[in-house]
Amino acid sequence: MIIDKNKINAFINQIISDHIVFAPVKNKDMVLFKQIKKPDEMTLDYNNSRIPPKSIYLPQTETLFRFSKNQNINLETPKKDGRTLLFGIRPCDAKSLKILDQVFTGEYKDSLYLSRRKNSILIGLTCHNPSLNCFCTSVNSSPADTDGLDVLLTDIGDKYYVELITSRGGKIVKNFPGFKPANKEDKKKKEEIVKKAKDSIKRHIKSERLASILDSIFENKYWEEIARKCLGCGICTFLCPTCHCFDMQDETAGDKGARIRVWDSCMYPEYTMQASGYNPRPYQMNRIRNRVFHKFNYLPKNNQVFGCVGCGRCITECPVNIDIIEVVNQAREVKKDE
Amino acid sequence: MNNPYKPWLAIIENITDEVGGERAIKTFILKFKDKNIQETFSFKPGQCIMVSLFGVGECMFAIASSPTEKEYVEVSVMRHGKVTSALHEAKIGDTLGVRGPYGNSFNVDDWIGKNMVFIGGGIGQAPLRSVIHYIMANRKKYDRIDVIYGARSSKDLCFKEELFELEKRNDINVHLSIDKEEHGWGHFVGFVPDNLLEISPSPENTIAVTCGPPIMIKFVIENLLKLGFSPDQIFTTLEMRMKCGIGKCGRCNIDNVYVCKDGPVFSYEQLKSIKGER
Repeated sequence: MIIDKNKINAFINQIISDHIVFAPVKNKDMVLFKQIKKPDEMTLDYNNSRIPPKSIYLPQTETLFRFSKNQNINLETPKKDGRTLLFGIRPCDAKSLKILDQVFTGEYKDSLYLSRRKNSILIGLTCHNPSLNCFCTSVNSSPADTDGLDVLLTDIGDKYYVELITSRGGKIVKNFPGFKPANKEDKKKKEEIVKKAKDSIKRHIKSERLASILDSIFENKYWEEIARKCLGCGICTFLCPTCHCFDMQDETAGDKGARIRVWDSCMYPEYTMQASGYNPRPYQMNRIRNRVFHKFNYLPKNNQVFGCVGCGRCITECPVNIDIIEVVNQAREVKKDE
Repeated sequence: MNNPYKPWLAIIENITDEVGGERAIKTFILKFKDKNIQETFSFKPGQCIMVSLFGVGECMFAIASSPTEKEYVEVSVMRHGKVTSALHEAKIGDTLGVRGPYGNSFNVDDWIGKNMVFIGGGIGQAPLRSVIHYIMANRKKYDRIDVIYGARSSKDLCFKEELFELEKRNDINVHLSIDKEEHGWGHFVGFVPDNLLEISPSPENTIAVTCGPPIMIKFVIENLLKLGFSPDQIFTTLEMRMKCGIGKCGRCNIDNVYVCKDGPVFSYEQLKSIKGER
C-alpha cells in the first residue's frame, strides 16, 4: 500500500478521534514523544526522540495502588488508560518494546504495563537517515525492522510506502480511504531507501559468541578501566529503550497514600544497598559490568535476545563519552580469566 | 489480570520478642483478613512473602512457619532498616499487606528417606524453621535429623524456647552454641562451623541445609566439604535487595539469576557456577 503525504494529516485526524495519539513533537532542541491533539503538532523530520517512547508503557513515575490509612485500610488499583496509538516510532524503539514485553510477562504478569501494551497500536517510520552512533544492524535489527510494529511507513518522496504487519494494523489502514495499492516502482524505491539507510550505518558491535566471551572475562581488570571515567549519572539507563529497572516507594499525605513505581538505575550504589549497609555491587566497576552483562550476556541467556537495539542514545548522551560499541568490541581483545 | 503489586490485607495476630537490644528480632503471626485467602494461601518451605506497611514500604521475608500450619503465616524479623523498624513498632491487631509466596523452595519431596542436617546462625534460622517444622510434621518420611544452631550469645538465640523444647525430644538432635563462654551455658561454646566439625555428621544419605550470615555459610560449606559432603548435598539461601519480588525491578540479580524468583534456595553445586557479586 501507499499513502500520499498530503493525506497523512487527515489520517492522523481520523485516528485521534478514537485513540490517544502519541507522536514525535519538537521540544526546544530535541524531539520527544508526546500526546498530540492536532496533526500539525508533530514532526516527522527527525532522527529519533531523545527519550525513548517506552515511557508511554512504563511511565517514569506511576501509581501501583492507592491506600487510605484510616481505620479500615482500603487498596485501590488505578484506572486503566484508554486506547493509544504511537505514530512515527522508529523500528529500534518498537523492537525494544518486544524485549520489555518478555520482562513483564512470564510467570508473574505485570498487568499495568501489559494492559497499556495490549491497548496500543504502533505505526512505525523507517529510519531513512540513521545517526552517527546507530548500530541496529549489529543487534539483529535494521532501519526497516518490522518486529513489534503493526504498520511500517517508509518515506519514498511524496508518499509513504505502507507495510501492514498485523491484522489490527490492517484494520486501522482499511478504515481510512486514503490508502492505495502500491506499484512495482514504489516497492523498488522503498527497497533502495532501506538499502541506503542500512549502508549508511558505519558503526558495528561484533556480536558473535559475545555472551561466552563475556563469561570468560568477568574477573578481568578491564571493567575497572572502563569504569574509571564513569560518573554514575545513570543517563545511559534512563535513555535506554530496553532498561526497565524500577524502585517502589510509598508517598503519603494525611490519611491517604500511594505506592509509586519510579524508574531506577543499576548505575546507582543505592540500587543494591542492603539495610545492613552491605552492598554487593559497591564500586562503579561492579555496576558497569552488571549493565554490560545484563544486556549482552544475561538477557541473551535468559530470553535469547540482546538487551540492546542499537539506538545509540547511551553513546550520544554520555557526559564522559563511554561508548558501548567500544566497550563491547574491546572486551573481545581482553585476556581470558585464569 | 490482577495487579501483582497489590497485596492482600493481613492482621498481626501475635508478636513474640525473640531477641532484644540493638539487633532485636520479633516473630509475627499474620492472618489474612479474607478467610478465603487464608484457606487457599499455600506455599512450600523456603518460600518468601513481601510484607507491606502502608506509607512506609515493603520487605521480603522468608516464611518462618511451615505449610502444615494452615491458620497463619509467620515471619521473624530483625530490626535493621526503615520497614523492619516500623514493623517492630507495630502492635497486635494492626493491619499490613502481604503478597506472595515468592521464589523457589527446599525440595522436601526429594529428601524423603534421607538424614537431614540443618545448620543455622542468628536470624538465618527463620527459613530453616519452616522446613524443620514441615519435616517434624512428616517425621516418618525422614531419617535422622540434626539441628545445629548458634548465635553470638544466649540472648541472641532466636526461637529459644522452641529449640529447648525440641532438644528434649528423642526423634531430633538439637546442638546449640554461642560464640563466647557464658555462666551457666551447658552447650557448645564457639562458632557454628566449629560445632559442625565437633558433631561431624556423616554425609552418607544426608542433606545439609545452611542459612545464616554469609561468613558463617562460607565456613560451614568448607567444613561440610571436609566432612565428605558433595556439592549437590549442600543447600543454602541467598539474599539481595528486592523491590518487586517477581523478577521485574532488576536489582536482585546475581549473574543471570534473579534471587527473588529463581532463588532463594540454591545447592552449592549451582552456586559454584553462578559468577558475580553477592
